[in-house]
Amino acid sequence: MDAFSQQVFAGIATGSIYASVALALVMIYQTTHHVNFAQGEMAMFSTFIAWTMIQAGLPYWWAFAATVAISFVLGAAIELLIMRRLKNSPVLAWVVVSIGLLVVFHSLAGWIFDYNIKSFPSPFPSVAGFGVTYLSAHDLGAIGVTFVMLALLFVFFRFTPLGLAMRACAQNPVSSRLVGIRVGWILALGWGLAGALGAIGGMMVAPVVYLDPHMMSGVLIYAFAAALLGGIDSPLGAVLGGFIVGVLENLIGTYAIGTELKLSVALVLIVAVLTVRPSGLLGKVHVVRV
Amino acid sequence: MASDYESVAAVILPAGSSVAAKAPSSLRSRAALAALLIAACALPFVLQNYHIFQATMVLVYAVALLGLNLLTGYNGQISLGHGAFYAIGAYAAAILMDRFGVPYWLSVPAAGACCLAVGFLFGLPALKLEGLYLALATFALGMALPQLLKYKHLEAWTGGVGGLVLTKPEAPFALPLDPDQWLYLFVLAVTVLMFVVARNLLHGSVGRAMIAIRDQAMAAETMGINNALCKSLTFGVSAMYTGVAGALGAIVVQFVAPESFTIFLSITLLVGVVVGGLASIPGALYGAVFIQFIPNIAEKISKAAPWAIYGVILIALMFVMPTGVAGAIRAVRARFA
Amino acid sequence: MTKIWKAFVVVVCATVLAMPAQAQKKYGPGVSDTEIKIGQTMAYSGPASSYGALGKVQAAYFKMINEQGGINGRKINFISLDDAFSPPKTVEGVRRLIEQENVLALFGMIGTASNAAVHRYVNSKKIPHLFITSGATKWNDPKDFPWTLPFYPSYHSEAVIYAKHILATKPGAKIAVLFQNDDYGKDYLKGFKEGLGAKANMIVAEASYELSDPTVDSQIISLKASGADVLVQFILNKAAAQAIRKVHDLGWRPTRYLSSTSTSIAAVLKPAGIDKAVGIYSLAWYKDPVAKQWENDPWLKEHQAFMKKYLPQDDATQSTYVPGVLIAQTMVQVLKACGDELTRENVLKQATTLKDLQFPGLLPGIKLNTSPADYAMLHALQMVQFDGTQWARQGELMSVK
Repeated sequence: MDAFSQQVFAGIATGSIYASVALALVMIYQTTHHVNFAQGEMAMFSTFIAWTMIQAGLPYWWAFAATVAISFVLGAAIELLIMRRLKNSPVLAWVVVSIGLLVVFHSLAGWIFDYNIKSFPSPFPSVAGFGVTYLSAHDLGAIGVTFVMLALLFVFFRFTPLGLAMRACAQNPVSSRLVGIRVGWILALGWGLAGALGAIGGMMVAPVVYLDPHMMSGVLIYAFAAALLGGIDSPLGAVLGGFIVGVLENLIGTYAIGTELKLSVALVLIVAVLTVRPSGLLGKVHVVRV
Repeated sequence: MASDYESVAAVILPAGSSVAAKAPSSLRSRAALAALLIAACALPFVLQNYHIFQATMVLVYAVALLGLNLLTGYNGQISLGHGAFYAIGAYAAAILMDRFGVPYWLSVPAAGACCLAVGFLFGLPALKLEGLYLALATFALGMALPQLLKYKHLEAWTGGVGGLVLTKPEAPFALPLDPDQWLYLFVLAVTVLMFVVARNLLHGSVGRAMIAIRDQAMAAETMGINNALCKSLTFGVSAMYTGVAGALGAIVVQFVAPESFTIFLSITLLVGVVVGGLASIPGALYGAVFIQFIPNIAEKISKAAPWAIYGVILIALMFVMPTGVAGAIRAVRARFA
Repeated sequence: MTKIWKAFVVVVCATVLAMPAQAQKKYGPGVSDTEIKIGQTMAYSGPASSYGALGKVQAAYFKMINEQGGINGRKINFISLDDAFSPPKTVEGVRRLIEQENVLALFGMIGTASNAAVHRYVNSKKIPHLFITSGATKWNDPKDFPWTLPFYPSYHSEAVIYAKHILATKPGAKIAVLFQNDDYGKDYLKGFKEGLGAKANMIVAEASYELSDPTVDSQIISLKASGADVLVQFILNKAAAQAIRKVHDLGWRPTRYLSSTSTSIAAVLKPAGIDKAVGIYSLAWYKDPVAKQWENDPWLKEHQAFMKKYLPQDDATQSTYVPGVLIAQTMVQVLKACGDELTRENVLKQATTLKDLQFPGLLPGIKLNTSPADYAMLHALQMVQFDGTQWARQGELMSVK
């Protein structure tokens, strides 16, 4: 039983990685109705920026705050300079551009910071909370941070006028403009927020998996799956989806089919769930008018 | 308002452009096509071996991209995992050639038939998935397949992690051709055949049904088109094309291993289709030239971060021609028509 | 008449005497009086991109040699292409090197699949395919593939040594194995099982991971749950760091073995936590720049100076650069030994007749030897155990097939 619960908790810990990237994916989707394939690489790049600052001697929380700010600006800049140009382009042009961004960020990170793994400090004290065997203090801290981000997002979207404006833009940009909402700035804000979310996620993840340009390479598929599993328009769903995917992956790998087919089986299961319940666990079912 | 991902195809082509694949009816375009064909046949005798190899790979990718274009461009079903069908075709041909001694020219159609079946079977559950969800499912397929290929219980067939080595076919009937030249001509013949078949398919009622489903699925169903059958068949045919390309690719490279068919291949194919031009047959050729040569050009420009250059070129291309090269050519022609 | 006859004789004699001197200068493709062209494809991008450091340091080393006058007066023209660790790109790159760039030889290529893709091609074209950066057993096959030579010690043989060590020191042990799910890990696993022989049932648990997996924590947990008291790890750097840390954090204290490619103090042990890595066994053949025992070694000063001058942006504490330099040094040695007969055949001959070649970067006692019947470069490895500051040498060198 002990091993089982350890696997579950390890899955929750990995799940928080998926959850943070999924949250950023959902953020962009809610704003623009597009998926940003470069999300993981942007998060990784932001984490490298933080690492550089910490190496230069900056205290952790200063570096953290600075990185979040820089990532916000970076995200917004990408929207303004790149995504804006594709306003009237086919959907797949967006997909290809985000793939281009993925490749650019990955390659730049490798060139500037090289491919050796680097340790990234954790802000949480290494005193074990639950007992080190289950969840380390950092794991707990990271999960906590994920939920805090989630709560903030929820409050933002539900209770602030800006959040309402963002939701309106995503639903119907034309009408939003007619009501006086500055759609352009809202889009930039959405991307900026996603960039910041990704950066926070990256900085929570790096102490666990070590920082290198490949840090997020294997994560995107799971984050994507988590986001869809939870419902692409539900931040809470994305987080829950992340944890479910993390735990599922571990349990399947350990008890069901062995580690050699873990990836295949986990993904098959997720796709199966989606065929049964297409809008995800917490997503809204859209009824399309013919 | 349906999200763009719910019907990917709704804005694939800019509004106003004619949707059905235009038949090159004018004499001028027929002559151009003939000239192109003659030039293609003459190529192996003018170029040295290494360049013939590259040209052969361009043809292989063109067939693969044509397959993906059938699915995504003409039928509106997005696929982020077409590399998986390329891999299945490659392995099918390799296993037939290596384990069963099937001659290479027979293994190619066999691989195609195998992928037709697999694609159709994958297309059936995929019917329930649209847009983003289909993207995820195909992404998952593309990521999972290499792991499946390494699976220890399939090792006896697939060669496991070591892969399979194939022998290069010699020119038959003692023709005075290099193996490279012969292989190029063989691949060229298959490519031309596949392109002709695709063109006929798209001009007929099947093609119109595919396009109708892409543009207005509900209306298409109402008009009597069997959406489910058509979409699954399209998946099958698309997989068949990419599988044939995979088989040809395996013969050209003479080696298959799980490392050759990572998710990056699937992404590259999608990039190729979009850059070349969706819903366009010549687009497959332009896209193939892009994915074969641009990485090399990027490496020449910057040794340190070649893929960053590649990404920048990609983004710049999407700014300048969001409908791909074929789309840009179409627009230019319309301007001067 | 006699004058003309005399002149004729003089001219003939001069020509005959001059001919041997001319005949000694034999050039294969890619060679001239001023340069030697050699090439490789390397994983500068893609999943194995951390190994791009090898190509980088080799280019830097050749630059240094060129600045010192080159090899017998000829500069090395080193062409290194990116193959993104993808076999089709390797085929393309190698064909370009051979058919377009006309290199004299290929060397130092990485990746079992990548090299396997061009294995047959280079042998049929009779191109020296030297010093492969992989320990797969198939590279040491002089009979069927005479033009291909390995450099890294055989993974298979290394694993056999670990197996024998366990049989000798812990005969009743329960073994858990963590391995990378590809050629690298599976080659080791095979060797390990063969080394245990009839006692292969000592393995109570096996777990694999993909290079793309974010963590190996789940695998470690399930291996611990098997109750094993020996953990054998055939894994690469990132997973190694994660595994070392997780094993320690779980409170599990098995006897640990780690594959030789992942023992870098700077790249693996420091991120994992130096104190968590104490006690791990491995096999080594080159020196780690951070190890305490080489602090005052003249090799270290030379290596640091070289890195500072030619790769100042790079982290000189990373041990990846050391084998890269060793391979480059061996290549230089082979080319030097060719003298003026720089043909592909002679390059192969020199490469397959290395006798007791020693470089300062190799561990004391380890020499490079090849023969036409056995292409393996390294015939002995040093058992080492990490003691907190260095990989302390344990006992005599162990011989490797």
